[in-house]
Amino acid sequence: MSSGPASAIKATGLTKRFGDFVAVAGIDLEVEPGETFSLLGPNGAGKSSTMKMVSTVSPITEGELTILGLDPSAEGREIRQRMGVVPQEDNLDQELTVRENLVIYARYFGLSWAQAKERADELLSFAQLTDRADAAVEPLSGGMKRRLTIARSLVNTPELVLLDEPTTGLDPQARHLLWERLYQLKEQGVTLLLTTHYMDEAEQLSDRLVIMDQGTIVTQGSPTALIAEHVTNEVLELRFADGPPADLDQHGWRIETLPDRSLVYADRGEDALRRLAELDVHPTGSLIRRSTLEDVFLALTGRTLVE
Amino acid sequence: MTTATFGRPSRSLWHFLEHQFRRYRTTWRATIVSGLVSPMLFLGSIGFGLGSQIDDTSSLGTLDYASFVGPGVLAGAAMIQGASLGLWPTLGAIKWEGTYQAALTTPLTAAELATGHILWIGFRVFVGSALYVVVLTLFGISESWLAVFAPFIAAFTGIAFGGVISAFAATQDRDNAFGLITRVVIAPLFLFSGAFFPTSQLPLVAQWVAAVLPVSHAVELCRHLITGQFDAATDGLHFAVLMAWLGLGWFLVIRSFTKRLSS
Amino acid sequence: MTAAMALLGPARHVVERNLMSYRRLWLIFASGFVEPVFYLFGLGIGLGELVGEVEVNGIPVEYAAFVAPGLIASSAMNGAIFDATFNFYFKLKYAKTFDAMLVTPLALPDVVKGEIIWSTVRGSIYAASFLAISAALGLMTSWWALLTVPAAMLVGLAFSAVGTALSSSFRSWHDFDYIQLALQPMFLASTTFFPLSVFPDWAQPLVQATPLYHGVSLCRNLAFGTISINDVGHVIYLLGVMAIGMAITQRRLGRLLLG
Repeated sequence: MSSGPASAIKATGLTKRFGDFVAVAGIDLEVEPGETFSLLGPNGAGKSSTMKMVSTVSPITEGELTILGLDPSAEGREIRQRMGVVPQEDNLDQELTVRENLVIYARYFGLSWAQAKERADELLSFAQLTDRADAAVEPLSGGMKRRLTIARSLVNTPELVLLDEPTTGLDPQARHLLWERLYQLKEQGVTLLLTTHYMDEAEQLSDRLVIMDQGTIVTQGSPTALIAEHVTNEVLELRFADGPPADLDQHGWRIETLPDRSLVYADRGEDALRRLAELDVHPTGSLIRRSTLEDVFLALTGRTLVE
Repeated sequence: MTTATFGRPSRSLWHFLEHQFRRYRTTWRATIVSGLVSPMLFLGSIGFGLGSQIDDTSSLGTLDYASFVGPGVLAGAAMIQGASLGLWPTLGAIKWEGTYQAALTTPLTAAELATGHILWIGFRVFVGSALYVVVLTLFGISESWLAVFAPFIAAFTGIAFGGVISAFAATQDRDNAFGLITRVVIAPLFLFSGAFFPTSQLPLVAQWVAAVLPVSHAVELCRHLITGQFDAATDGLHFAVLMAWLGLGWFLVIRSFTKRLSS
Repeated sequence: MTAAMALLGPARHVVERNLMSYRRLWLIFASGFVEPVFYLFGLGIGLGELVGEVEVNGIPVEYAAFVAPGLIASSAMNGAIFDATFNFYFKLKYAKTFDAMLVTPLALPDVVKGEIIWSTVRGSIYAASFLAISAALGLMTSWWALLTVPAAMLVGLAFSAVGTALSSSFRSWHDFDYIQLALQPMFLASTTFFPLSVFPDWAQPLVQATPLYHGVSLCRNLAFGTISINDVGHVIYLLGVMAIGMAITQRRLGRLLLG
């Protein structure tokens, strides 16, 4: 395929259509080995369809796609042998125990029984589930199930791991524990491709990311570069009892009006707030915060990520 | 709690049954299948089909084999239907769908809910059984006007089994054991309770077991009511045993539902 | 066993997964086998007292001996159906077990083959146990009867394939009522309990169209050592049913899982 150090994933004009519906509309992306790369976007942006094509279970409609230098339509089995997949919804085997889930999965990858058991024990400790090894899967907490699913995706010591919405539905504590495990993988040089609709997750984990909307890529870059490029350093969030004053956007700042609040993009929020007081604008509540990828998305699409 | 149980049924119990009746519009087909089609299959294949191979029916009294089997499987099928309505739908309503928890946020009490639950089982068994008795009449197997009582006996059988088994199902979290009960408990009861051959052919211990359990009594009752062999003394005893089990089922299901749902 | 498993290629891991899941559920596994045994005792022996003798290919035989080979075929069908219907549908639609398999080196044909073979294994274990019980009761008189086990495997393969084909086409649990509706008459009418000649002429071809009829006939001919060229027809019929069921399953799953 490609010469030199191959990219982990390379897509050109990648398209997925279901009948008339275009889920992914000709996207280009390239993920370098060892990189953590995110697809950020709201529900229905085409992230999961992209993930399914990369995981080789969904044939591409048009364009080109190579994964680990291989062609998914012809060499799916070889690709899957070297890849780990964490699906959006846990599909752990409820009829097996925690350890058995790992052991049987390792068998699918052709490990011997002895290797499979050894690998399962290593991964149980990685996922901090050793004391639950012989427990049933169903009563585990959401965070534990997620860690087990991630552990399961690692049985074949993959070069590339795909994570579809890895922390959706988890409480903050469980999310942080999971992120910490993902950092560890990154340290080990594993390439991670993840989708998320949480901007903080994308910011925390990714080296680079693309923002997707309606099947296309809106922008791409590192989290800090994207923020610097598209929005100001800080945001001033204002709430008004009777809606924002009509002339709020007449003072030189970019304004976004959301149903419950107005966002004022200013490099120094303090200064902006003082200026507004001088102009006799008195919000019922105000908050100054750092700009995030959420603001980048809003600036580019006029919509919020999580509705 | 239980002292109020056996009192006058409240208005909420009626509302519960009304609610179930609305759902019936989507589930009545399955009820007809297990209540009517299943006994008809046994009547056709075993009663008439295998019956044609039987030369000597002297041990069946004066009946031909189809007339022996036909009323017998009415009671047997009622047991099977009552039992299966007590298994999956009970766990479904308590565990998977939570409809019974929802019902208890209304003035309905757990005891009333349990009572409504088995009454509803009885109703569904009755519908299939009544249709099946019509079929028996069309085949010339019903010989007595007393046959009109047979669907009630079938419904009582369904309630007795439905009650005991629902009481068990309400203690479960998974349906793992359900197939086991159907295959290891219900299936042999169906085959060895006198529906297909007289229980007197069974080994003595099995005869005792059959005499304690309600099915063989229901089988005899249905057979006597339908074929005109009704006898007040023996059938009164059969009826008493059946009603004792019905009472036990009712008691157990109230206790079990109360424990699971309102504590 | 291990050599046979190696022949299956990656599909053997699917069989391993099912074996593993039943390790703690052995009682449930074992209970699947008792139903035909109850029928043997209830109808074969209990009712047999009233029936007396029945003819097989012109030879009069004891009624229980007539019923037993038919129940070997039914055992295989039962065992196959358990895992190929409800359990298969659950894995497909709720547990997403196959989705999890398909992101590993396993491919769709491995999954289909593995599931069908597993159900067949379950059915064959029941059939072999049933054969052992019948033989112990003195109901098997010919050494040919040993071949009822491979015959039961064919029955298992046919019903597994049909079961998975139906389950992968079903849209809700309610559709399973139809399986019950088809299985019960087939079980009762497929000449296990009485000869084909009992049926009126118009009904005989209907009975002969069912796969279980071919399984029952094959097992019965083997049990009495009265095999003929007709039995080749039974084998071909069962293999054909398997091939069609497998093709449909593969197609349906491809559409559902590899969109």
